[in-house]
Amino acid sequence: MADLSHSRSAAIAAGSGPRRLFHNLFVRNFSAKLAATPMIMTVLIVFVGCTAWTIFYSFTNSRSLPSGELVGFDQYTRLFSNRRWNASVINIMTYGVTSLCFTMVVGFLLAVFMDQKIRFESAFRTIFLYPFALSFIVTGLVWQWIMNPAFGLQETVQNWGFTSFTFDWLKNRNMVIYALVIAGLWQGTGFVMVLLLAGLRGIDEEIWKAARVDGISTWRTYLFIVLPMMRGVIVTTLVIVGSGIVRLYDLVVAMTQGGPGISSEVPAKYVYNYMFGAGNLGQGLAASSVMLLTVFIILIPWMLIEFRPKHHS
Amino acid sequence: MSNIEASGPKPRSFFTTSRIVTYSVLLIAAMYYLFPLYVMITTSLKGMPEVRLGNIFAPPMEVTFAPWVKAWDSACTGLYCEGLKPGFWNSVKITVPSTIISVLIAAVNGYALVNWRFKGSEIFFTVLLFGSFIPYQVMLYPLVIITAQLKVFGTLQGVVLIHTIFGMPILTLLFRNYFASLPQELFKAARVDGAGFWRIFFEIMVPMSLPIFVVAIILQVTGIWNDFLFGVVFAGTTNYPMTVQLNNIVNSVQGVQEYNVNMAATILTGAVPLIVYFISGKWFVRGIAAGAVKG
Amino acid sequence: MQHSVSIKDLSLNFGNVKVLQHLDLDIGQGEFIVLLGPSGCGKSTLLNCIAGLLDVSEGQIFIGGKNVTWEEPKDRGIGMVFQSYALYPQMSVERNLSFGLRVSGMKKDEIEKRVSRAAEILQIGPLLQRKPANLSGGQRQRVAIGRALVRDVDVFLFDEPLSNLDAKLRSDLRVEIKRLHQRLKNTMIYVTHDQIEALTLADRIAVMKGGVIQQLDTPHVIYNRPVNLYVAGFIGSPSMNFFEGSLAGGAEPVFTANDGTKISARGYKFDVAPNTAVTPAVLGVRPEHVVIGEGAKSMTFQTEIEIEIVEPMGSDTLAWTSIAGQSVTFRCDSDVPLATGQKMLAGFDVERGSLFNAETTNRL
Repeated sequence: MADLSHSRSAAIAAGSGPRRLFHNLFVRNFSAKLAATPMIMTVLIVFVGCTAWTIFYSFTNSRSLPSGELVGFDQYTRLFSNRRWNASVINIMTYGVTSLCFTMVVGFLLAVFMDQKIRFESAFRTIFLYPFALSFIVTGLVWQWIMNPAFGLQETVQNWGFTSFTFDWLKNRNMVIYALVIAGLWQGTGFVMVLLLAGLRGIDEEIWKAARVDGISTWRTYLFIVLPMMRGVIVTTLVIVGSGIVRLYDLVVAMTQGGPGISSEVPAKYVYNYMFGAGNLGQGLAASSVMLLTVFIILIPWMLIEFRPKHHS
Repeated sequence: MSNIEASGPKPRSFFTTSRIVTYSVLLIAAMYYLFPLYVMITTSLKGMPEVRLGNIFAPPMEVTFAPWVKAWDSACTGLYCEGLKPGFWNSVKITVPSTIISVLIAAVNGYALVNWRFKGSEIFFTVLLFGSFIPYQVMLYPLVIITAQLKVFGTLQGVVLIHTIFGMPILTLLFRNYFASLPQELFKAARVDGAGFWRIFFEIMVPMSLPIFVVAIILQVTGIWNDFLFGVVFAGTTNYPMTVQLNNIVNSVQGVQEYNVNMAATILTGAVPLIVYFISGKWFVRGIAAGAVKG
Repeated sequence: MQHSVSIKDLSLNFGNVKVLQHLDLDIGQGEFIVLLGPSGCGKSTLLNCIAGLLDVSEGQIFIGGKNVTWEEPKDRGIGMVFQSYALYPQMSVERNLSFGLRVSGMKKDEIEKRVSRAAEILQIGPLLQRKPANLSGGQRQRVAIGRALVRDVDVFLFDEPLSNLDAKLRSDLRVEIKRLHQRLKNTMIYVTHDQIEALTLADRIAVMKGGVIQQLDTPHVIYNRPVNLYVAGFIGSPSMNFFEGSLAGGAEPVFTANDGTKISARGYKFDVAPNTAVTPAVLGVRPEHVVIGEGAKSMTFQTEIEIEIVEPMGSDTLAWTSIAGQSVTFRCDSDVPLATGQKMLAGFDVERGSLFNAETTNRL
């Protein structure tokens, strides 16, 4: 749709030169522009400005305060030779792959089960989704307590007589990241289920009728007909879950504080510690720029689907 | 059997294999989801000696509310021993203004984007959407500098500003999609009737948009209440929201860990979004689905 | 003579897409004009331009002699009725009617007077306190018309106002709009894709295609003397029968169909005197102009046909057959017994048909 202009503006629009420019910038649609000012400021100052600032200063040797001295890719070289950063990257990749697979598979299975015209659907949905209303801090602390080796699940089961039972993931360098996965799944899978269920329900009823007439089994229909039709919802869900994983921070702070040692450190925590704790701003900025790059790589498949040229009717 | 002629409703058993499997799976899943809530509540109602028995499945033998009182009133966060109380009020002071301001700005903004487009409005909106995917860590430090320049760093106003900024993409999208789904002819009719920007907004659009306002408010209240990062960076020590205080109580290294108090504090912190969730039910689902799936 | 609405050289582009191209249209005082065309032909766009809801790219719009090209919609002296009714859902009928008047700051008693007059004309008095959600489709559309009525303007714009109604209501309200026009004598510009609405309501119809007005004339002329193949094919249901072939001009013009059948065009009133040379041409004959049985004997063209399909419509019967190698529909009285496979004599006068140049598609 074209602009809807005010009469006065149109009358002046016929004028020429700087006056017309001034008019088009400020007078035409004035209220709408006024209303959009917070958005414009946010975009220009925060999303564009702050991001550019961070990228620029990641190429400087800033210590506790920003400094203008450019040092090229030094911060990045140092970053990728830092044991803690490399551990963080491996941790987040482990967490990401495991958690993404489980969330999507479990979320989809739950959605399919919920889609069987069951009784108490809304009760089940309420139960599956309530953790999503809770913060990662609360989530982390609950699971920290459940996995407490001294008084938690391990001790309980051992007290039942299964003395060889061990569930000490919080103290186990190799398993601690999976402890985070369990807590993360508990918090977020219900949400994925809701999104995918909405996707399932969005599919034309007649597809189901056609499949039934053709004698295709329910599971085949879900797998080979319905799932491919849900590509849009699935990609959106993947993007949301994926960009959430990159930001993972609160859960780690609450549940493990990065420990034991550095075995559950994650990039977002690395950034925070170097920016505000260790007084090595340049490192923190370089690390956050790498996070930014990662998110954009995740976004590419989504952009390809969302913004591919569409045929307008 | 085969010689009975089929007539009337086809006989069906409620207990078919697939039904049993379906309900079993759902019930087991439900138990996994409910288990932490159960543990939280039972632990918080036990005394410490009972907690040390190490049986998290057992209901409390003797119910005590002392952990709740302590968590609210006198649990220690490092230096102070005032419990979660100040954190609760800080969270209220942060959540209420942030929600109101961000929802109002986004509503007007979404309306302008749909009905009063101007050159560049769509470009700004696209960048805004992409901005919502930028990790907060990328913008954190420059925002500290900006808020410090504006003399709001370490104040409640500072956190409110930050929440308003980062709530904008999702809320604007929400309102934009909602207003775009309203019939454009209503807007045209109001224009023919001679109403202007604000009049159409307040007299025509707002009365039609109560559902989306509810959704937006739910989204913001839970989101802001659950925030940790912005609170810890921008609020300043005396203004820490509840999540930060909770974390400080539970993860403080001094003293003996009182797990029952910790769980009581955890429930207290989770109570506000949980209440919002249980009351709003369908609206909450609608909100997160609408916010997440671009329509 | 002062035109009520006058459009001069109007163009509208969305980026590179030309939606309206150099339109000129003069509408007389009190005239009922229907803009008719398929979706995407620019008819609604043109109406929105007249209303001031879209900015034009070039050209001028005059309403009541005043240049309103840059005026706000409210200052143009127009009232508008929309397809979806566009009633404000949270306001009662009365407040819907008075919203525009209240916005303009009109005095209370004047508002009341106008609302009650509109309610009386449209017989919606008992509905004034109801919300739009509690009205039927027909009642909603009446309120929407009332909203235009209270503005007390000279020009009414209708944007497919009956498209959302079912067939029965549509024909009832159609008559009512016609009655309203006869009573108020306002200028009315009415957009529709329904040719029955166009033919029944209009003083003049503007048939549009691709942002250009193809023909602007009375319903009678549009139906009987379409200016080109497009208008001929678009108007009329079932559509006009077309025969492809060539025309040899001269004192005794003869149309030769592609299969060699010769059809005399004696008596046909040519717009342009036909060339004596043989030119590719298309002959169009309306289904009701094909006559069968005894009546066919007086026609200039006669031939033996075999009925292929019979479609009884109630009031009349449609039948399908082939003439000169082309599929042909004709219409006859429902009392005439027709059966598939039946053979009979059929004929028509080219005088009542239309001849078009096959290359330019224009009427000959």
